[in-house]
Amino acid sequence: MPPAGFLLGDAALLALGAMAIVLGRGRSASAFLYSGALIVSLLLFGAALSRLVTAAEPSTLVLPIGLPWVGAHFRIDALASFFLSVVNFGAASASLYALGYGRREHEPSRVLPFFPAFLAGMNLVLIADDAYSFLVSWEFMSLASWALVMAHHREDENLRAGLVYIVMASIGTFALLLAFGLLAGPGGHYAFAQMRADAPSPLVAATVLGLVLVGAGSKAGLVPLHVWLPLAHPAAPSHVSALMSGVMTKVAVYGFIRVVFDLLGPIDWWWGIPVMVVGAATAVIGVLFALVQTDLKRVLAYSTIENIGVVFVALGLSLVFMANGFSVAAALAMTAALFHVLNHALFKSLLFFGAGAVLTSTGERDMGKLGGLLNLMPATGLFMLVGCAAISALPPLNGFVSEWLVFQAILLSPSLLSWALKLLIPAAGAMLALAAALAGACFVRAFGIAFLGRPRSSAAENAVEVDRFSLTAMGALAVLCLLAGIFPGQVIDALTPVVRDLTGANLVSQSAIPWVSIAPVAESRSSYNGLLVFFFIGMSALLAAYVVHRLASRAIRRAPAWDCGFPDASPLTQYSPDSFSQPIRRVYGNFAFRATERLDMPPPGELRPARFKVEMVDIAWEVFYAPVIGGVNRLATWFNRMQFLTIRQYLSLVFGALVFLLLVLASWA
Amino acid sequence: MGLIRDLSIQISQMLAVLLLAPLLTGFIRKAKARLLRRQGPRLLQPYFDLVKLVRKEAVVAQSASWLFRVAPYIIFATTWVAASLVPTFATGLLFNWSADLIAITALLGSARFFLALAGMDVGTSFGGLGSSREMMFATLAEPALIMIVFTLALIARSTQLSTVAGFMLSPAVGLRVSLALALIALVIVAIAENARIPVDNPSTHLELTMVHEAMVLEYSGRHLAMIELSSQLKLLLYISLIACVFVPWGLAPVAAGFSAHAIGAAAYVGKLAGAGFLLALFETTVAKMRVFRVPDFIGVALMLALLATLLRFMSRGL
Repeated sequence: MPPAGFLLGDAALLALGAMAIVLGRGRSASAFLYSGALIVSLLLFGAALSRLVTAAEPSTLVLPIGLPWVGAHFRIDALASFFLSVVNFGAASASLYALGYGRREHEPSRVLPFFPAFLAGMNLVLIADDAYSFLVSWEFMSLASWALVMAHHREDENLRAGLVYIVMASIGTFALLLAFGLLAGPGGHYAFAQMRADAPSPLVAATVLGLVLVGAGSKAGLVPLHVWLPLAHPAAPSHVSALMSGVMTKVAVYGFIRVVFDLLGPIDWWWGIPVMVVGAATAVIGVLFALVQTDLKRVLAYSTIENIGVVFVALGLSLVFMANGFSVAAALAMTAALFHVLNHALFKSLLFFGAGAVLTSTGERDMGKLGGLLNLMPATGLFMLVGCAAISALPPLNGFVSEWLVFQAILLSPSLLSWALKLLIPAAGAMLALAAALAGACFVRAFGIAFLGRPRSSAAENAVEVDRFSLTAMGALAVLCLLAGIFPGQVIDALTPVVRDLTGANLVSQSAIPWVSIAPVAESRSSYNGLLVFFFIGMSALLAAYVVHRLASRAIRRAPAWDCGFPDASPLTQYSPDSFSQPIRRVYGNFAFRATERLDMPPPGELRPARFKVEMVDIAWEVFYAPVIGGVNRLATWFNRMQFLTIRQYLSLVFGALVFLLLVLASWA
Repeated sequence: MGLIRDLSIQISQMLAVLLLAPLLTGFIRKAKARLLRRQGPRLLQPYFDLVKLVRKEAVVAQSASWLFRVAPYIIFATTWVAASLVPTFATGLLFNWSADLIAITALLGSARFFLALAGMDVGTSFGGLGSSREMMFATLAEPALIMIVFTLALIARSTQLSTVAGFMLSPAVGLRVSLALALIALVIVAIAENARIPVDNPSTHLELTMVHEAMVLEYSGRHLAMIELSSQLKLLLYISLIACVFVPWGLAPVAAGFSAHAIGAAAYVGKLAGAGFLLALFETTVAKMRVFRVPDFIGVALMLALLATLLRFMSRGL
């Protein structure tokens, strides 16, 4: 399908959004809209996937709209097809999920019009081929998602999230605007084709790299620009949270790849360093904060930050390898990055859907009030378990494969010559390994507290399984997590055209390797076979269970918990989310969150309760955000005075401005 | 012919680790008891314990979910698969290419993931305590293990364990600083991961000092047997790993004859006995640490392993 087809799809989505305004509230409106969005996204997904798999040639389209004499350029190449597939698959699963979940929305008219508009915005960013349409689509995507974040605007927390989000989104877009301005040069070449043709000077290129790191990085959630993300993503309805975390961050990654790998010209040797440093810091800090959150959706949002960090480390490695002429290694790192993009879209959507299901059936996001849900919501629990295992990089699921590929890429780096890189890359590898281990702890905690144990509140005690649409969406994603994990070779092969476009090299065709193993570099070095690992684990577990049940005992007796002879009556004596993370908080607390614990223990005889309070501070908030927000507020107060001037003062201001501009114009020539 | 030989090696390896694991634990207990001038249980006692447990009915807490009953089999399966991929007496394992060292690390991670979940499933405070502490230790031990893998992979130019073991057998290895650091780190990780003194005490049932035992507190009968067997397998796995990388002598190379394999098997039993005795000796001479001292202990392993990796990045000789 050429770009025109995709534009048509986006137009259909926008039309759906407009219709939602007309249809208004009502259950049929929600069903109609989400099924419409589901069909359109599925069509777009099919078209994008077929382009990707058949490695179709890039096709372009110019429309006479937008800026005069420039027009709107659209182009779909392999990179765009890959991200279009990811985005539209995520959109389709979110629409399917929302068919059930959206019925219970109490303010549908605040969600329905913006949902398809948000989808259209993301699609448009991916097919835009000039700076103007890219930025317009980008801002459209931001604003539509902002409207969705503000859907439940009567909660104070959401208001704050919305404010921080819109400020950060504006800063990000502004940085991208400057970046494209620099790329376009004085001649004003806004079309990407022209930017690709002329390489900027090293200084300009470095500035553009920095600006794109800020612009795309703030949308993706790179540290220290991440603070808005855990506020905004959980504030939206859960299917939108899934889209924002699982999909919109990928659009940001796309923006980064498009500018840095495609438009920016030859790569300098050091470009990978800031990308890798920021990525590694993002991975560790993101997951550490995820570990201490008690709000289930906020845990997931912080974990998104971690995964984005992993992607950026892989992208940084790819940049380093490309600059040093190791094109196969660069292809490996790029494959790892894109594979992780796909994986994260799958399991993060799944996990947000699960969190939404928990929210629907208990009304709680606070893990301290959940527990025991696996018995009451068996299907949701199973799918969540798959998602948690996948995101913790456990074989044979998909998360492990991308992590394995990143590690393999790191192991290729000793052949680099630069000393800075030789010190940096192992450190980044250690950070990634640390982040992976912490992610395991984080998701043991999230799943263990929310789904296992005994219910900690009556809401959790009375939970019921959610509707079939939601379960289908979650089930499909869980199955895909498994499939991508046991057939990684097929995924890697599908990524080949994208990787070849970006790095100029590609990995050996994985389908040629027998027994569906993957061996990215050469068979002699390293290989992994997800299918066989899955088969062996399954077989040995079944064999053990069969032998034990058959030859020994199969009797089961249900009894009260033993607990060393002192079973505690109250479910509140179970480990809470805070107590689970307490050891980790103490080990990593000082350098990451400056955790302070305050214990107020009344002396014996006094009747007031003892209190224990933990406070954690995100340093990024104090260092980067508080000054910006304070500055914006001060500026706003200052400008506020302008509203109350007399007419004479206004006239003199206008006159002064005119004289100033004329002077500038006169001195220009 | 080659396929059949490799397959038979693979199968005998799978059975050997399964059968030897309880014996190793029995041997360590016996050696420890004798060092303390006690008589100690019989060498074969772990086998009798397992058989006894398997034949009893399993008592399951009322609040437990299906995960509680499934987890022991998953833990056993992942540990067994990992253990059968570590060369014990021969390097020519048929399926060694299906999972490399990183995958073996991750398989052990899977077992830990499910064990920690199982600990939280019944909803008792001890279970949560065990899981929380186990995961805290793991956040340091797992990166340390990955860094050790990096060091080995950079020396042998592969993350395949058979290739690494084959390389270690060749004269090209020589004495290296990075290998020494990696060995110390691996020993520390092995002690921590197997819940041995000074990190944890396998024979404690004193409430506040438990980590591993706290997680499996609610298990009984066949479920407990599976978990016990998995921990025995895990101990065997770590000793085999250390043996095949750092003391590879006697390991039968790929496509070797029967006598080489027989020598390999004898050497392997000897290595197990030596390592078991050293472990028992070590455990009788140190005291258990406070929980919050353990991160420092495992942190040493992480730092040493990182240092070893950095040395490998800096120079080919070290």
